[in-house]
Amino acid sequence: MREHVISVKVENRSGVLARVAGLFSARGYNIDSLAVSETEQPDISVMTIVVRGDDRVIEQVKKQLNKLIDVIKVSDHPPGESVQRELVLAKVLANPAKRSEIYQLAEIFRAEIVDISKRTITIEVTGEPSRIDNFVELIRPYGIKELIRTGRVSLLKEQKE
Amino acid sequence: MKKTGAEIVVECLKREGVEIMFGYPGGVVIPIFHYLFDAPFKFVLSRHEQGAVHAADGYARASGKVGVVIATSGPGATNLVTGIATAYMDSIPLVAITGQVSREMIGNDAFQEADVTGITRPITKHNYLVQDINDLARIIREAFYIASSGRPGPVLIDIPVDISRGETKFVYPETVSIRSYKPVTEGHPRQIEKACKLIENSKRPIVYAGGGVILANASEELRAFVKKTGIPITTTLMGLGAYPETDELSLKMLGMHGTYYANHAVNECDLLIAVGARFDDRVTGKVSDFAPFAQVIHIDIDPSSVQKSVRVDVPIVGDCKNVLREINKLVQPPSIDEWVKYVKEMKQNNPLSYRDSERVIKPQYVVEKIYELTEGKAIICTEVGQNQMWAAQFYKFTEPRTFISSGGLGTMGYGLPAAIGAQFARPDRRVIDIAGDGSIQMNIQELIVAVQHRLPIIIAILNNGFLGMVRQWQELFWGKRYSHTCINCQPDFVKLAEAYGAVGIRVEKKEEVENSIKRALEITDRPILIDFRIDREENVYPIIPAGKSIKEMITSELI
Repeated sequence: MREHVISVKVENRSGVLARVAGLFSARGYNIDSLAVSETEQPDISVMTIVVRGDDRVIEQVKKQLNKLIDVIKVSDHPPGESVQRELVLAKVLANPAKRSEIYQLAEIFRAEIVDISKRTITIEVTGEPSRIDNFVELIRPYGIKELIRTGRVSLLKEQKE
Repeated sequence: MKKTGAEIVVECLKREGVEIMFGYPGGVVIPIFHYLFDAPFKFVLSRHEQGAVHAADGYARASGKVGVVIATSGPGATNLVTGIATAYMDSIPLVAITGQVSREMIGNDAFQEADVTGITRPITKHNYLVQDINDLARIIREAFYIASSGRPGPVLIDIPVDISRGETKFVYPETVSIRSYKPVTEGHPRQIEKACKLIENSKRPIVYAGGGVILANASEELRAFVKKTGIPITTTLMGLGAYPETDELSLKMLGMHGTYYANHAVNECDLLIAVGARFDDRVTGKVSDFAPFAQVIHIDIDPSSVQKSVRVDVPIVGDCKNVLREINKLVQPPSIDEWVKYVKEMKQNNPLSYRDSERVIKPQYVVEKIYELTEGKAIICTEVGQNQMWAAQFYKFTEPRTFISSGGLGTMGYGLPAAIGAQFARPDRRVIDIAGDGSIQMNIQELIVAVQHRLPIIIAILNNGFLGMVRQWQELFWGKRYSHTCINCQPDFVKLAEAYGAVGIRVEKKEEVENSIKRALEITDRPILIDFRIDREENVYPIIPAGKSIKEMITSELI
């Protein structure tokens, strides 16, 4: 059960997200994350889907996606051949005694402090998913009040000549 | 020139070459019906929207053209759902038009509002909610193209009433181009070469042909392939008629209720050539034990069908007709005389059979008589259950588009409305609905449509007073507890037929069977319902229990 990143270019129309999401639930595929946005062409959207499964399941997922009329292109994004990023916002409990430790940690991760209150600090980190995972693990002991991740976005690297 | 949305709908249907449309009116489709009143094609009013959609489906299967159906919003549209799903599972080209509440009311829980594009998303090849009247003509054009190309299927167009009533300058799109939809129809030449090699070197090959052959009108190419290679052939339920069952190389149907010899031939083959078939669970049983010694060639237009449930050695994505034509040019016949002899002997020694009786009417006997008396020239529609399997087993199908049955979804109540559609498509043929006493009651209201249009459809009810297939499973696998499957409290079908203005005949003795069918065949101006009182607990054999392998095939009552 490997994790796969599938990038799906679709017509930017209402109902398309429901079609894609419906396909996953109807056929029993699990989505780990899903991010949707516009692309350089306003009439095309891109969905970056992280899905788990063996090669045969992933092959079926891609074929089923291709079958949807509104899907223009489905491509696989293997880790080595693509740039993958994710953003996390974490609201961490931070009493004055722990604050400087958290600041240091944020600095190491080139994170940004985006909100501070008496008891919490909200930190934003962008990066590869594994880096985000590391960051989350390191701040967990301080107490995470709320955490949200955007889901992965991915671009294929330009072919080297 | 300006036209209303409703006028555009009718004009576009006309330009698509629609000959007949089935449907039922309602509030938000009145504008469209206003123009259907003097449309240049036939309109058939059903008595329930489900009847209309099955009729459109039956018409499509019998004619090869796109079936067209219209219903109103809310309950009208939800009544189409079973029929759309039926067409989807069997890849039948259908365009369903539904009315929707006006755009500003959508989402307000308006009267007769339902999210029909939402409801039908997983059971349509594609669907549209028209949001701009200027898109209407293009959408209708695309719908017909999508429904009938690639792997065919139903397409639904949901039209808000204010769009039907609105006006715009009508421009008919002469061409269709959808950037995200380009079905592959030509097989890859290298794959075709590989397939030919495998075929030529095979020792024990079998052709396994499905509904895709019929959908692609590839029956001729399939026959040419079998003729050239001499390879024995079995078909799925949906493939019946793709190859003449009267031919010595035909092994008839395979799968759960397939013949002993077809299933054993597949079990022993070293090469399985799947053409337009999708390795459905009713065919494979336990997948890991299916065709265990075989390499597999799979020809299919739908890439997602390939490698879905069974590992395939040589996939060829393309239209069966084109692919078979290319293979037929290249392929050399393998030397398989011994294998063919073996398979033919197996066929001879293990025919489909039943224990006939003089005391009671056996359903298989009725089907055999129907075959004899129609000389195999009828179009057979079925309901679902035992009636469907006996029809498939004991009628010999020789032509494509002559067996019309809900295979994938298994929709009870399909047969009668489908027969109506089929009779409109083929006025030159007798259409017979082989029915059960359970299924026929699910859409019996459509009988009046056949009476109204003087369609001489014969409804042959194999009446055993049971929901027979479920009862059979209860008998074989659930300790004979016939929980809620006895339906011998039933209407007088003869009187019911007469009340509708059809002819009703009851047959209780074996010696009356032949005459009743002859009498029915003489009537040409109204439907005839024959209530055959058959052996109540007759079973369908052979049967491979669901999810089991060929080793667990039960071949007859004796075991």
